[in-house]
Amino acid sequence: MEAQNDWKKLGLRVGLEIHQQLKTSKKLFCNCPVTLVEGGMEDVFERSLRPTRSELGEVDIAAYFEWQKGRIYEYHAPREASCLVEADEEPPHMLNREAVEIALGIGMAMNSNPVDEIHVMRKIVIDGSNTTGFQRTALVALGGEINVNGKKIGIQTICVEEDAARKGEDRDRVSSYILDRLGIPLIEISTAPDIQSPEEVSEVASWIGTLLRLTGKVRRGIGTIRQDLNISIAGGEKVEIKGVQELDLLPKAVALEAMRQKRLLELREELRRRGIDKEDIIFTPVDVTNILKSSKSKVVEKNLSKPGGKALAILLKKFKGMLGYELQPNRRFGTELADYARFYGDVKGLFHGDELPGYGITEDEVRKVYDALGGDPEKDNFILIVDEEEKALKSLKAVVERIRAAFDGVPRETRAVLPDGTSKFMRPQPGAARMYPETDIPPIPVTKEILEKAKALKPPTPEEKRKYYEEHLGLSSNLAEQLVGSEQQETFERLYERLHGSVDATTIASLLLVHMISIKREGFSIEKIGEEKLFRVLELFSEGKIAKEAIPELIKLLAQRPEADPLELAQKAGLLTMSEEEVRAIVKRIIRENERIIKERGERAKSLLMGAAMKELRGKAQGSLVSRLIDEELSNYLKKQV
Amino acid sequence: MAENRKADLLSPGNFVRIFTKSGMVLEGLILQRYEIFDPDYITLKLDNGYNIGIRIENISRIEELHGAERRHTVEFVPESFQAEVKKGKRIHILATGGTIASKIDYLTGGVTPILKTEELLEVIPELRSIADFSSEVLMSIFSENMNPARWENISKRVYELLREEPDRSILITHGTDTLGYTAAALSFSIGSPSSPIVLLGSQRSSDRPSSDSAFNLIAASLYAKEGPCEVAVVMHGESGDSYALAHRGTRVRKMHSSRRDAFQSISSIPIAKIEPRSGKITFLRDDVRKCDSVDKGKMNEEPKLKFSDKIFLLKFFPGMPGDVIDFLVEKGFKGIVIEGTGLGHVSENVIESIRNAVERGTIVTMTTQCLFGSVNLNVYSTGRLLQKAGVIGLGNMLPETAYVKLSWALGNFGEEEARNIMLRNIAGEYEERELMSFYPRWYHGEV
Repeated sequence: MEAQNDWKKLGLRVGLEIHQQLKTSKKLFCNCPVTLVEGGMEDVFERSLRPTRSELGEVDIAAYFEWQKGRIYEYHAPREASCLVEADEEPPHMLNREAVEIALGIGMAMNSNPVDEIHVMRKIVIDGSNTTGFQRTALVALGGEINVNGKKIGIQTICVEEDAARKGEDRDRVSSYILDRLGIPLIEISTAPDIQSPEEVSEVASWIGTLLRLTGKVRRGIGTIRQDLNISIAGGEKVEIKGVQELDLLPKAVALEAMRQKRLLELREELRRRGIDKEDIIFTPVDVTNILKSSKSKVVEKNLSKPGGKALAILLKKFKGMLGYELQPNRRFGTELADYARFYGDVKGLFHGDELPGYGITEDEVRKVYDALGGDPEKDNFILIVDEEEKALKSLKAVVERIRAAFDGVPRETRAVLPDGTSKFMRPQPGAARMYPETDIPPIPVTKEILEKAKALKPPTPEEKRKYYEEHLGLSSNLAEQLVGSEQQETFERLYERLHGSVDATTIASLLLVHMISIKREGFSIEKIGEEKLFRVLELFSEGKIAKEAIPELIKLLAQRPEADPLELAQKAGLLTMSEEEVRAIVKRIIRENERIIKERGERAKSLLMGAAMKELRGKAQGSLVSRLIDEELSNYLKKQV
Repeated sequence: MAENRKADLLSPGNFVRIFTKSGMVLEGLILQRYEIFDPDYITLKLDNGYNIGIRIENISRIEELHGAERRHTVEFVPESFQAEVKKGKRIHILATGGTIASKIDYLTGGVTPILKTEELLEVIPELRSIADFSSEVLMSIFSENMNPARWENISKRVYELLREEPDRSILITHGTDTLGYTAAALSFSIGSPSSPIVLLGSQRSSDRPSSDSAFNLIAASLYAKEGPCEVAVVMHGESGDSYALAHRGTRVRKMHSSRRDAFQSISSIPIAKIEPRSGKITFLRDDVRKCDSVDKGKMNEEPKLKFSDKIFLLKFFPGMPGDVIDFLVEKGFKGIVIEGTGLGHVSENVIESIRNAVERGTIVTMTTQCLFGSVNLNVYSTGRLLQKAGVIGLGNMLPETAYVKLSWALGNFGEEEARNIMLRNIAGEYEERELMSFYPRWYHGEV
């Protein structure tokens, strides 16, 4: 990866869009609980969606293709977590106030300006993930900025929107979805393109992630947060990368997209160097079915046997080597073209001269194709698509358009992130306004009452929280910083509150952030220990039933038997503290055993006595108690001697 | 800033830059607001497509922006389908309200209905391969504003159309709220149609991708090609897009305020099941008016297309005073359809008023508010008293159908004949045999 300076030189600019599920009691537009369901009763139904047209007859292109392919959506409606609203069988209810208040509260923490009146919009999405064919979304605050490690990052918009349905399994023309997730409130935070390196993306994402967590009002766990990226480099184009779920993948996706744009610009240079002109790329498909009709290639054979199956090729003069040009690891310019062919023509893929002979297509066949196209195998290249004629033609047309776009550099696209951080073409970027008003919901004025409730929900910034932990709860700066950034922070808050100060913050924080981790490192599985058990352990400590030193021991026992009662475990393992009388008896015995030394050293024998006592009493009595009793008994003993 | 200048700049259609007192600088297009919205705000469409409301009081300054153009919102205009038009069955679409198809102005959010046949075929190209379509807009009303006079208009036009071209099927698009009533009205007024008459509507408006209108239109068209020569309603059969049902016009009822499959045959079975994906139609009953056995010339007889607006549909409720009936008679109502309780009962306190009404020439009929099952005035003494008072029990005829039928009967015939007509099964409004399976299985929490 390149150094910070190199990214600046490259003119990298990144905007981040964070989508986070909110922890409301109900969904955004109905009274269903916010929960995902495994098993249980469900109703199943199938639907299709049809693209809507604009005044000018335009339709959303992705929507149109989905419909043309005759996609059928199979919806699974869990009875526990969906109702007529998710099934699109009832108009939406009023916008969930709680979600609006949480979002506005978060907005306030980012110095964003609430709008005066919220309008719910419909954003066309026809991949079946919304039963309505659109996602409902509302802009609640505009502008603002955050300060991440000394750098100011602008905030553009804060929206509240409904989450989409969960993807189920696909088969042939049927895509299936589960409706429990549909309608869960999301907050969408869009930053300005102020981020200038992959590392900064991580920092900003994690800062915002922490802020969201500090509200205590967001859902946690896999799939509850998703990031989209808008990435451009100087001379490139703003490309949208969708669906990054893991924080770790963010910098990688950014770096790889910057690389892709850089390579596309280099590709353009190479085209110029070779003296190729945009106008040279023309759509002149040649039928080469005859050449390939007895090909041994399985793909060719299968596709030619389809009704109306044809092999069509176009010549690309002076393009030798250009299609094998790598844009991202394992993704060549040819791969990009294949994505276009798939999207626009619904074919499975394409062949190009840089990868042939191969895939069962022989050298002889390749030569014949070049001959039929009137091309020079040394200098020229070709694209070959074998499929039903209409599909093959549509695909080739799209491929030609994409190649022509290469002369302009980077096309404006929406891309989907792949597990390794590379990305593939998903669709051309939708116009900003595939949005129209949700007429079923009247506008909601942002009243003083709403703003006051929002203010109460406004989270502290991570910096403010850290300061609070240090100054008010007395945590060390190290522990405070760790805690703010930790997944355990909410658990800490709850435990601290429930113990009403009977256990100091440092003890709780150390348990969660230090002891638990080292116990885990020792090989104990601490995951199954519930928060309730942790509370019990700390409560035993606060009641003086166990010593602080016994806490880690008890946790280890709990790791082995997470269902057991901590008090019972402590009892069986002899971890319960002794009564003062029991401790005093032991102290007296130790004094007797050490009479000789005490006579020698007098008061100074205390540290030795302490050591001997603690050896026996560690985990069974508080050190402070032992120390006090030694003081008392020692002075008694010395008095008697006098 | 002068208030009138401010108001001027804030008129819908202007591109403006707005400075708010809360510190925002916003650019966008001022949109028209619905009348019911709070007039203290304006609606602004921002560049990113979102609408927001701004309190007029919160605006400190406005600048007019020039050169803002109407941007293309979605980049793709699909090619016209050149699918071959099947010359064969002809279907005429008669629009009465609601929209089967529409276009959205993404900028303003305005929805324009598509009314021209060509445009409709453009948007629902599947229709081209079903039949040869023509269309007209007869009226454009919310279905709650339908009334007997409008039933007459529709009946007249349908009658004319069938006279002109007896073999052309007719699709009537209609708002769903009172669609069942109009279906019943046509069932009586066009008693012997020479082609299928199919009513349809949509429960999800056509301005959304999940609208059921195209599905219903396709299903209705398929049915109109092969269905019997009588009036039917074709709508979703279940919540999904697997099949539609054709219901007899006199037995159908809207049973849900919002579901796609709201229309169901009550105490009855539908005429047919239609599967638009495969084009398959399964006919479910034999007692239909098959088109090939229909005498097309019969349409030329004197039509009975009138409807009386002096009929009242009265739902009895515990505590209902008899005065209500006295009042109706006084106001000149000629027919009253009572939705009684259970087997067809009303309180004994009302019976006197009913007797008076009948004596003054008002036709009083009885249906059941249970919807399922029949009226029977022989079982309990109240029923026998009602019979004695002159009430006509209407068996298992649906209350709404009974209301429409009485309106038609008194619109076209004298009192005596109307009484007889009410008892005759003219258009399948009486279901002769009520089977165990006609009653729906409700949800009982079974797993």
